[in-house]
Amino acid sequence: MAKPRLALYWAASCGGCEIAVLDVQEKILDIANAFDIVFWPVAMDFKYDDVRRMDDKSIDICLFNGAIRNSENNEIAELLRKKSKVLVAFGSCSMEGGIPGLANLTTKDDILKFVYKDSPSTVSTNGGTYPQTHTKMPEGEIEIPEMWDTVKSLDQVVDVEYYIPGCPPQPEQIWNVVSYILSGQPLPPSGAILGAGEKSCCDECTRTKSEKKLKQFYRPFEIQAKPDECLLEQGIVCMGPATRDGCGALCPKAGMPCRGCYGPPPNVSDQGAKMISALSSVIDAHEADEIDRILNQIADPIGTFYRFSLAHSLLRRVDKHETH
Amino acid sequence: MVTIKIDNHEVQVPEDTPILKAAEKAGVWIPTLCYSDLVEPYGVCRLCIVEVVRGKRSRVVTSCNYPVREGISVLTNSPKIQWLRKSIMELMLSRWPNVKVVKDLAKQLGVEKPSFISLERDEAEDACVLCGKCVQVCKDLVKAEALGFAHRGIKREVVLPFGVNSERCVVCGACVKECPTGHVKMVIEDYRGKKPEFTLGPKTAIYVPSLQAVPRVPVIDTESCIHFETGGCETCAKVCEPNAINYDMKDEVQEIEVGQILVATGYDVFDATHMAQYGYGRLDNVYSSLEFEMLLNSTGPTGGKVQMKNGKEPRSVGIIHCIGSRDANHHPYCSRVCCMYALKFAHLVHDRTKAAIYQFYIDMRAFGKGYEEFYSRLLDEGITMIRGKAAEVAEGYWTDNNERTLLIRCEDTLIGKFREIPVDMLVLCNAIEARHDSDQVRKLFSISKSPDGFFLERHPKLDPTSTTTDGVYIAGCAQGPKDIPDTVAQAGSAAARILSLISKGEVEIDPVRAMVQEEFCSGCRICNNLCPYGAIEYLEEKKISHVNEALCKGCGTCVAACPSSAMTGYGFTDAQILAELDGILI
Repeated sequence: MAKPRLALYWAASCGGCEIAVLDVQEKILDIANAFDIVFWPVAMDFKYDDVRRMDDKSIDICLFNGAIRNSENNEIAELLRKKSKVLVAFGSCSMEGGIPGLANLTTKDDILKFVYKDSPSTVSTNGGTYPQTHTKMPEGEIEIPEMWDTVKSLDQVVDVEYYIPGCPPQPEQIWNVVSYILSGQPLPPSGAILGAGEKSCCDECTRTKSEKKLKQFYRPFEIQAKPDECLLEQGIVCMGPATRDGCGALCPKAGMPCRGCYGPPPNVSDQGAKMISALSSVIDAHEADEIDRILNQIADPIGTFYRFSLAHSLLRRVDKHETH
Repeated sequence: MVTIKIDNHEVQVPEDTPILKAAEKAGVWIPTLCYSDLVEPYGVCRLCIVEVVRGKRSRVVTSCNYPVREGISVLTNSPKIQWLRKSIMELMLSRWPNVKVVKDLAKQLGVEKPSFISLERDEAEDACVLCGKCVQVCKDLVKAEALGFAHRGIKREVVLPFGVNSERCVVCGACVKECPTGHVKMVIEDYRGKKPEFTLGPKTAIYVPSLQAVPRVPVIDTESCIHFETGGCETCAKVCEPNAINYDMKDEVQEIEVGQILVATGYDVFDATHMAQYGYGRLDNVYSSLEFEMLLNSTGPTGGKVQMKNGKEPRSVGIIHCIGSRDANHHPYCSRVCCMYALKFAHLVHDRTKAAIYQFYIDMRAFGKGYEEFYSRLLDEGITMIRGKAAEVAEGYWTDNNERTLLIRCEDTLIGKFREIPVDMLVLCNAIEARHDSDQVRKLFSISKSPDGFFLERHPKLDPTSTTTDGVYIAGCAQGPKDIPDTVAQAGSAAARILSLISKGEVEIDPVRAMVQEEFCSGCRICNNLCPYGAIEYLEEKKISHVNEALCKGCGTCVAACPSSAMTGYGFTDAQILAELDGILI
């Protein structure tokens, strides 16, 4: 029997997901043995045309990481969708926009303006030189992908079978998924989230939880957190309660608050809204001024509550007209 | 048992009984100064000497520590003993000529005047006669060993170790009580035990909390009991015939599972020291209502006699209403019960003394059944009613005998005049107020309180006994000031409500409830203290939260707060709501 065909791709991502795949260590050899890797730009020399030449649905599994940020991301997403039987949104960016998704707080024009003109480190000549999608050169016309105004998650542009959350997904969880597929057991229903648990990060966190009453918020560097107590109780905004488990609560165990990369727990549709709702329930104040004082201590609320999920949340993006 | 003969009286006593005790049983008096039932006798005063005759032999022994033996006969008043005892008595009298017990005993023994003069004469009336009872009781009974003897012979004296106040002293006062001459005195510099509720008289460390206590058994205040301080004493255990005293019992916390709770936690009395103008706590003979009630009680410190601190009957008694109630500075509400007990006080004082009685009132609120009639009867008894709130209480003197009295300054609004009324005794009708811990109790049961601090009923007219928390009822002054009939009525109604549910067995509740989907709950505990009905508990062993469905009202606070949406509302899950929205939008 022929080996199943595996493709891996990175769209708008940092590369961490690729590293996470390699972080399965010597098991990568098992993966290489078990699968026929047909496309993996970061590790092997394939061209897009190689993919275009494949038959439709000839790729058994495609692990797609990174958000959809430009026309190239979109084009390859659509291409891989067509060629793959199973398309997996791999990692936070692909699943819900991730860190690139925070660009939805502004607009393409503002970003380009800052980067190519206004930023203090840019020497601007002739009112700024902007990248152009089409440039005529002596050898012919060069085309580069067009940056989109709005960053999207993979499932906002194509249909996706499964999701593997995490920034990046934990190597053990990647191996769990791979070995499950290799075991030949029936695959879960479409839309399932693989390589993660059903509860929240708190379930895996070993810190002692008690009833919560918050009068003061701290950023992690502002306080020496007690080693055994729930970080949230100590005033550090930890996204753990509103984040799916599966990572092993690595951050809280190391004394840092959960950032929320494993996405919302099973029944939650909007992770940030849920966390805001939870947090506002346990603020211990009754006067409006006092409540304002406490809430103002949360630095960068949207970057805290929607760090990974903005593009895929109910908010999606800031109203374009308001940024001007 | 042995049979002995004491001055021709035959008496049967257990072996080893001291002769002194055997003589007591036989009805024969033997003088003694240093004997105490509380401690081992050691025969230091020598006054209890007797002649013990056994066959042909006779010897003089101290009867307090000489055990009886079969067949002995004792002579307590033989010429030999008389002569010896007189000599001892003369020695004592010559040394302590002015001590009352010594003088009395000498007189009893026929010693008028010592025939010699002691060089160690101590003229003091409360001189120490070196009986050693204080040292003994402190050492053997109390086991504090805070007192001891110093020096020898004629220089022997009772001292505190190194002459300084001993930390070992538990301030029990046993030495003072045992001292026959009043030489040992107790000066309280610091009250070490728990402050008693009423300071009208001394209280023992073992006591019955109140005369109406149920069950009516004594309790031990371990903070002031000598035994718990030193391990000694145990006097109460020694005298308790059924051996009911148990020092090993400990306070325990018991968990009892119940279906319904009646909160009847009572009230506090307004502290009248907050109204300094009335002199409570500062002037003598100014009492709070509960203190006066105690004073009037036939089992109270004076046996129900109305008397002042100096023991005399008061010439006049003033009763001021509305102390702390109907007062914008303290409690705006009316305490409801004060008018009627003030009239009762007046009636009892009138009944027991010849004192003139003055009542200072704002309005007379005789609202209950038979109350107005009682008020009319009091008016007929000649009680002086002054309509007007007393302004202040000052000190004054009676002109006829220069004795101190209190002057109540007030405006008599019915005659429109300012008056100053002398009273020997003043009773303040303190307001009833919510208990100091009512806030904690309120949170414990998830019930509300009204602005005055009392627990809030579900509806002031239609549902005055139940609360907003199902299964929690309130009765009595915890709900608001009320008199005994009202309290009994409310408590009865609450009990009936409770019984009606018990007899039903199963109760139908509204289906709108929150529930925890256990498979999704991670036990972050964000919901734990949000429930206004106290329905959420944390299951320590499962490490998840749980909703008590009998308490939950389905308000949804926890559902909104749950960061992992493990908490959800029956019939109002997100999926259901979204499906409804879809239905509307299509």
